[in-house]
Amino acid sequence: MTDYLTGDPIADTKAPAVPLENRWDERKFTAKLVNPANRRKHRVIVVGTGLAGGSAGATLAEQGYHVVQFCFQDSPRRAHSVAAQGGINAAKNYRNDGDSVYRLFYDTVKGGDFRSRESNVYRLAQVSAQIIDQAVAQGVPFAREYGGLLDTRSFGGVQVQRTFYARGQTGQQLLIGAYQALSRQIDAGNVELHPRTEMLDLVVVDGRARGIVARDLVTGEIETHLADAVVLATGGYGNVFYLSTNAKGSNATAIWRAHKRGAYFANPCFTQIHPTCIPRSGEHQSKLTLMSESLRNDGRIWVPKVKGDTRPPEEIPEDERDYYLERLYPSFGNLVPRDIASRAAKNVCDAGLGVGPGGLGVYLDFADAIERMGRPAIEARYGNLFDMYQRITAEDPYRTPMRIYPAIHYTMGGLWVDYDLQSTVPGLFVIGEANFSDHGANRLGASALMQGLADGYFVLPATLNDYLGGTRLDEVSPRHDEVTRVETEVRERISRLLSVRGTRSVDSFHRELGLLMWDHCGMSRSREGLRKALDRIPGLRAEFWRDVRIPGGAAELNQELEKANRVADFLELAELLLIDALAREESCGGHFREEHQTADGEARRDDEHFSYVAAWEYGEKPVLHREDLSFEHVHPTQRSYT
Amino acid sequence: MKLTVRIWRQAGPATEGRLVSYPVDDLSPDMSFLEMLDVLNQELIANGEEPVAFDHDCREGICGSCGVVINGQAHGPERTTSCQLHLRSFSDGDVVDVEPWRAKGFPVIKDLVVDRSALDRIVQAGGYVSAPTGSAPDAHATPVPKPDADLAFDNATCIGCGACVAACPNGSAMLFTAAKVTHLSLLPQGQPERAQRVLDMVDTMDAEGFGGCTNTGECVASCPKGIPFASIASLNREFRKASRSGRG
Repeated sequence: MTDYLTGDPIADTKAPAVPLENRWDERKFTAKLVNPANRRKHRVIVVGTGLAGGSAGATLAEQGYHVVQFCFQDSPRRAHSVAAQGGINAAKNYRNDGDSVYRLFYDTVKGGDFRSRESNVYRLAQVSAQIIDQAVAQGVPFAREYGGLLDTRSFGGVQVQRTFYARGQTGQQLLIGAYQALSRQIDAGNVELHPRTEMLDLVVVDGRARGIVARDLVTGEIETHLADAVVLATGGYGNVFYLSTNAKGSNATAIWRAHKRGAYFANPCFTQIHPTCIPRSGEHQSKLTLMSESLRNDGRIWVPKVKGDTRPPEEIPEDERDYYLERLYPSFGNLVPRDIASRAAKNVCDAGLGVGPGGLGVYLDFADAIERMGRPAIEARYGNLFDMYQRITAEDPYRTPMRIYPAIHYTMGGLWVDYDLQSTVPGLFVIGEANFSDHGANRLGASALMQGLADGYFVLPATLNDYLGGTRLDEVSPRHDEVTRVETEVRERISRLLSVRGTRSVDSFHRELGLLMWDHCGMSRSREGLRKALDRIPGLRAEFWRDVRIPGGAAELNQELEKANRVADFLELAELLLIDALAREESCGGHFREEHQTADGEARRDDEHFSYVAAWEYGEKPVLHREDLSFEHVHPTQRSYT
Repeated sequence: MKLTVRIWRQAGPATEGRLVSYPVDDLSPDMSFLEMLDVLNQELIANGEEPVAFDHDCREGICGSCGVVINGQAHGPERTTSCQLHLRSFSDGDVVDVEPWRAKGFPVIKDLVVDRSALDRIVQAGGYVSAPTGSAPDAHATPVPKPDADLAFDNATCIGCGACVAACPNGSAMLFTAAKVTHLSLLPQGQPERAQRVLDMVDTMDAEGFGGCTNTGECVASCPKGIPFASIASLNREFRKASRSGRG
């Protein structure tokens, strides 16, 4: 029995056939334009108000389009981009340290373990500098030096200082910049904002995306919104694992429903696990909190050398500690890439050497750094993170080492898009974390903010013009058969959920799914484990639809119903994620298959057979369409950090 | 540990609400306050009752979604958001009152959920710099003195949770408005619209039904992000200057 069918490969991603550095200019030049006077006649739906959606909505409205924008939160300022801590990369070379567009491009392709598209990544690097200009013009208060110029720092996987930051709250500050730009357009009447409204389906008419069906989360009303194009900026699907660093409301419903309406889903198994998160403290845990990667600059990671050592960490002498990253990877030490550090932590915990509740933690120790530089220096560098850690754990990291453990943080996979960020459904564009395009199998630190804003401020506004200017779009009646059909399906699904009246809460299903995925499709994956999870999912899904209990009704604010809608989709997406992980018989980036490792336990990539994007078409059995990746500029090498 | 929580239950904006008492057992001091509400809700669902509605999202203290009045204090006894408050701040057996933000500008939607869209409208009235995409000069074209940038940042850290309004005896949104006005008027990029911004934001703040400021300082005491009291003085100064200049 096979899990999937194989379809035609994807031959053309629409990147112009000119030299790499000219492609974006060429695309912008050949793109059709829409006369400014005609733009206001076009309605464009944008779902999501994070960095990608907020910046896109504001920019499209500035261009003159009529934007209809949605977020499930009560305000656009709350989208989860707000929680990004570290910084944003840009090839400004203000440090004169040898940075360039080409170097940022090179680092990103290599960091992605050679599973991203050169064309897209090069463009990302090209527009990165403009993002910083734009944010500064909006009044984003980046960190500055005494001379009044912008400060930068370095981040994992690179040797230049190209990361701009605003203390540990860079995401918040950039998001507020985009939110304010969006607010200006709302005030001007160019953006019609629908907060507390969640997209539940996509309306496709004559093969083109023409609108969405959404639920007003306050009144429960089901509404259809029609438009000439739909932009999804709805983030990643990390919450399929239940416990993650995502916000509680982050969900995959918009992209999953779009997938079921014809949009291919690419590389779902490329998920990123962040090595430095605060471990769970008990069964009640509702989410996990990240501690910035920057801590690994000064903290040393270790576990006791012998199993069952219950002494407090301060009392364990130096020679009874195993600084395993420094031992295994002497040249990179504690600063190995995220995937490597995460897997190493798992290995020592699996070997029974973990610390803290359930043995699921390792120490991140600042004692040496405090001794070397003094406490004030450490306070200045990491004060807010230490405070946050202390608030959550009630332990003082200045006196006792932090305990950390890896957690799901970001998803590189997402809806497949071409060079124009258009999905396989014409008129449906996907931006930010919701698409798959730029990070390959592993995202570098400080690159998510860059990609979200690149897509929203600069890329989409140029390519959407081409679609709207070059496509004949007849008006769709709100009573069109297809509109009625989708609306009816949405209503029926809600009634069905509410009518189950079973015995188990939505959360209990979500937790069970999350644990299953984490155990078998988390940091380390094997054929046997993936198969086991795949065998369990259909049963769990059936049980959900047979036994879920959702109190309350449809015509009111009903948070359990909101969750149920999302979990129902996670239960479907999980299966595709597992199938993709099973089909990718290699280890690369965040995807580690136990069958494919070197004698030293390192990831073994298989460029001969798997140098492709796996784009999945929805069907009774998913259909795999391969997009072959070619590397003309950055030649794939096996990563080595020893 | 065990707590007794008395929670404000209100089915909808037009219905009357009341405090309902619930015992919650099997709690751990390491739980966050919202995780305690999760535990309660799971029990309510199991018993066939309606769970308590409350806003929350990131649970890291940065999105500003959550916020309840705990024993009469916005966000409770610690200076943090409700999601970052942990049960170790309470004692076994405590009785804890949980209510929604209460202010004329924040009508209750359901239980602990209120409508804070008025804060968005204050920002829409002028809390921005007009810098359309593509129009920006190089980021280093205008250096900004570090002390100005740092103070602008301190004000820009506002998460828009609304605790300042809930804590204020007048239901005033002065601290919220002051934070944005101060952030943008400190930076060179914010100068061209400086006068009009403060006039429009204050007008909207008044029109939305928020009260006036009587320098009580409850807002500052409840602000999880430490927005400085001095920002209110700076808002008053900006407003006076702009009014005199005859704009608006």
